Amino acid sequence: MIKLKVNGAIRSVDAEGETPLLWVIRDNLGLTGTKYGCGIAQCGACSVMIDGVVTRSCVTPVESVVGKAITTIEAIEADPVGQRVVEAWVRHQVPQCGYCQSGQVMAATSLIKANARPSDDDINAAMTNLCRCGTYTTIRAAVHDLAGAKEHAA
Amino acid sequence: MIVSPVEDANEDQALPTGAPVNISRRRFLMASAGASAGAFVLGFGLPVGPARAQAPVVPGTRVPAFLEIRPDGLIRLQSPFVEGGQGVFTAMAQLVGEELDADPTTFVVENAATGPDFQVMPRGRRITGGSSSVRSSHLVMRRLGAIGRTMLLTAASQRLGVPVGELTTEPGFVVHAASGRKLGYGALAAQALDLPVPAPDSVTLKDKSKFRWIGKPVARIDVRAKSTGKAVYAIDAHVDGMLHAAVQHAPRLGLEPGTIRNEAAIKAMAGVHSVHVLPGAVAVVAERFWYARRAVEAAEVDWREPAETATIRYMPADFSTPAFAARLAATDGPGELAETAGDATHALETAATVVSATYQSQYLNHAQLEPPSTLARFNPDGTLDVWLPNQAPDIFAADIAQRTGLPLDKITLHSPMLGGFFGRHFKYNHGNPYPEAIALAKAVGRPVKLIWTREEEFLRDSLRPMAVVQFRAGLDANGLPLAIEAISACEGPGEGIANKRGEKLDGSAVEGLTGKQYAIPHRRIAQRFVKTPVTLGYWRSVGNSMNDFFYECFLDEIADKGGKDPYELRLHLLADNRRLSTLLKAVAEASGGWKAGPYLAADGSRRARGVAMASPFGTETAAIAEVSIVDGEVKVHDIWQAIDPGSIVNPAIVTAQVMSASALGLSQVLVEQAVYKDGMPVARNFDMYQVLRPDRMAAVHTRIVESGEKMGGIGEPGLPAVPPAVANAVSRLTGKRVRAMPLAGQTFTA
Repeated sequence: MIKLKVNGAIRSVDAEGETPLLWVIRDNLGLTGTKYGCGIAQCGACSVMIDGVVTRSCVTPVESVVGKAITTIEAIEADPVGQRVVEAWVRHQVPQCGYCQSGQVMAATSLIKANARPSDDDINAAMTNLCRCGTYTTIRAAVHDLAGAKEHAA
Repeated sequence: MIVSPVEDANEDQALPTGAPVNISRRRFLMASAGASAGAFVLGFGLPVGPARAQAPVVPGTRVPAFLEIRPDGLIRLQSPFVEGGQGVFTAMAQLVGEELDADPTTFVVENAATGPDFQVMPRGRRITGGSSSVRSSHLVMRRLGAIGRTMLLTAASQRLGVPVGELTTEPGFVVHAASGRKLGYGALAAQALDLPVPAPDSVTLKDKSKFRWIGKPVARIDVRAKSTGKAVYAIDAHVDGMLHAAVQHAPRLGLEPGTIRNEAAIKAMAGVHSVHVLPGAVAVVAERFWYARRAVEAAEVDWREPAETATIRYMPADFSTPAFAARLAATDGPGELAETAGDATHALETAATVVSATYQSQYLNHAQLEPPSTLARFNPDGTLDVWLPNQAPDIFAADIAQRTGLPLDKITLHSPMLGGFFGRHFKYNHGNPYPEAIALAKAVGRPVKLIWTREEEFLRDSLRPMAVVQFRAGLDANGLPLAIEAISACEGPGEGIANKRGEKLDGSAVEGLTGKQYAIPHRRIAQRFVKTPVTLGYWRSVGNSMNDFFYECFLDEIADKGGKDPYELRLHLLADNRRLSTLLKAVAEASGGWKAGPYLAADGSRRARGVAMASPFGTETAAIAEVSIVDGEVKVHDIWQAIDPGSIVNPAIVTAQVMSASALGLSQVLVEQAVYKDGMPVARNFDMYQVLRPDRMAAVHTRIVESGEKMGGIGEPGLPAVPPAVANAVSRLTGKRVRAMPLAGQTFTA
């Protein structure tokens, strides 16, 4: 059994150490908000935060995150920055099919946590997840909105 | 005279109607379909009695099949159309809410079960495709809301003891102004459901001047759930006792599994439940998906060539896309006629000038971000539940009935929200996981959820066809086109899915070459059918996705040859078409006035613009793109698009769909292609298969023009004009004519 700290709670899971964190989250813990898209860290749909830093869980062996704080989309609104990101996503009506958006919200939350006022270049470097619906422009507008909201910066 | 001996795209997906529906089963399912459904106290909308259920169902009229109103006033709507990002759940709530007089943003919308109630499209069809959901059903769905409102008014009249004529509604309430009393819909629902459903033609729809929600940018009802990971897709389905499965498909279609050389070792791997041989695949069932995937990928399978390949879609070991493109380009002959006007052959012989060119498109994957999956569960009572992504529930249910031998009323199809579709989730031979999932569930006697990995998905996806089109145009002495001929060498998606030529030409092969509105008096559009071993499917905007690229780029060549500006030539050819000349002027105005360039932009970059138009799915579009060349690569800065769908339901969703379709159009013209070598796709994941990334997205500016013409589609029409607008801009900027997609791999200098 492996002990993980997921969304603030300690969870014991029966999995081999090499199992990608993605499948532990989805199948062992039943937290299906984190998505499988490619399995090779190309699309970003599987993004979670490890100690507040966005990480692609599909290539992250579960044994490598023991003792670290894992945050999935299910707990995003418990995080003050995450909550602001969600509100910006709703305000800008970002999602279309929505399948990539858990990962997009994670990437944006991680970015704003590290850098409350990201520049265009910072956004380009951080927001690289794929969206087949092409919501890139709306995502960018939502992140700019967050970056500009200085009084709300966490 | 115009002859168009072609079939509608998606026609083969049609299904005969009249199958009996078991409403009580649907009710049972809704009551037991999981946490969200279980939380509802069912009010309005109990089972329609057996006597009435026997009568022929008029689709879209039986209010209790569609609507439930909870005691607290919350409204649940069963949508005939599946939500996959295009916003149709919100649109359906707007249409029904408008006439029911209930705020659509308070609706909970789900994809409806199978059955005739929900076959609301003309001729009893039900698909989510062809950009047809709203345009085919808006009056039916509004009427449904109006019937529901009548039932609530009647119930209130009985409750208050006043004539119906003294009652009005405000959102969510029936109001008796004379006595100052009002009753919430939730309080009336239980009584209203006892009433007979009024005759559909007894209700009157609102005048559009009274619309409260239709035509307004109503917020999408699914956005918060999709921003917080709460939206549930087929891949997320879960039932008790479920096992997980993964498959390894034959590397080429038609091969069958022989010996699994390391079968004993596979069976001994951690978590493995069992190993299975299926048609064209081997499967591992395991306790967790990761165990199943790891084991099946380790399987060393001897794949056997089929004994004969005449009746199957067989992929030979020597197939490659470059060689196939060359074969398409080498075809000759007149082809089979798709559209003709005047006498193009004679006009070409006598023209002052003849222009000719050959264009080519590429195969494309759907690359929707949610990989296909299916959960199948055989129940102790002999029924079967299946959760699967699909765009046509009745068609899938009928196929499952045929495969399992179960009658339709023992099969419950669950159609969750789609993680993108773009045409991916129609029924494709070899292209859907449900036959495998059902076979595995049957074999192991437990529920099984099968997920296709991205690699298996890219191996078995049904692709947008490749085509090579040979054009000729005849110009008069003034440089104006008198005649155009387009002969497309390709197999259309309809033909590919049927795996044979139909009696009529496949309209989805040539749409976008046909149906053009320019006043060129002599026209001849034809197809040379060339069968491909690649499995084909519908891809967002179908034939238009490539054919408008071909036609609109060649039209710029005509303009060049005749010494005309490409925008002015289009205006000239549309002089008698008020709708399209208005639209073309609208996009030019939106872009700050037409200018082709090249010119120097404020940042010092050298840029040019291209223009193109399209007439897809009952909607008219015009696009202008501005490009520059950066490090030998095309950069698209801005896309202005004017769209005339006749009339609209939600301008915010229209704008979002034009942006989305523009992104897919950009992806196609800039980077995307499915390449085959040695009978196999070179790209099996997003590392090799390029799709548009954030840094290549352009700013999209949408202008909606409501001409008041018959309502057209929204989900797809924003795509076809984008690739040619970009290519025409690149040609203008570089002086080198673009005649093939994608631009990646071609070199450019500004």
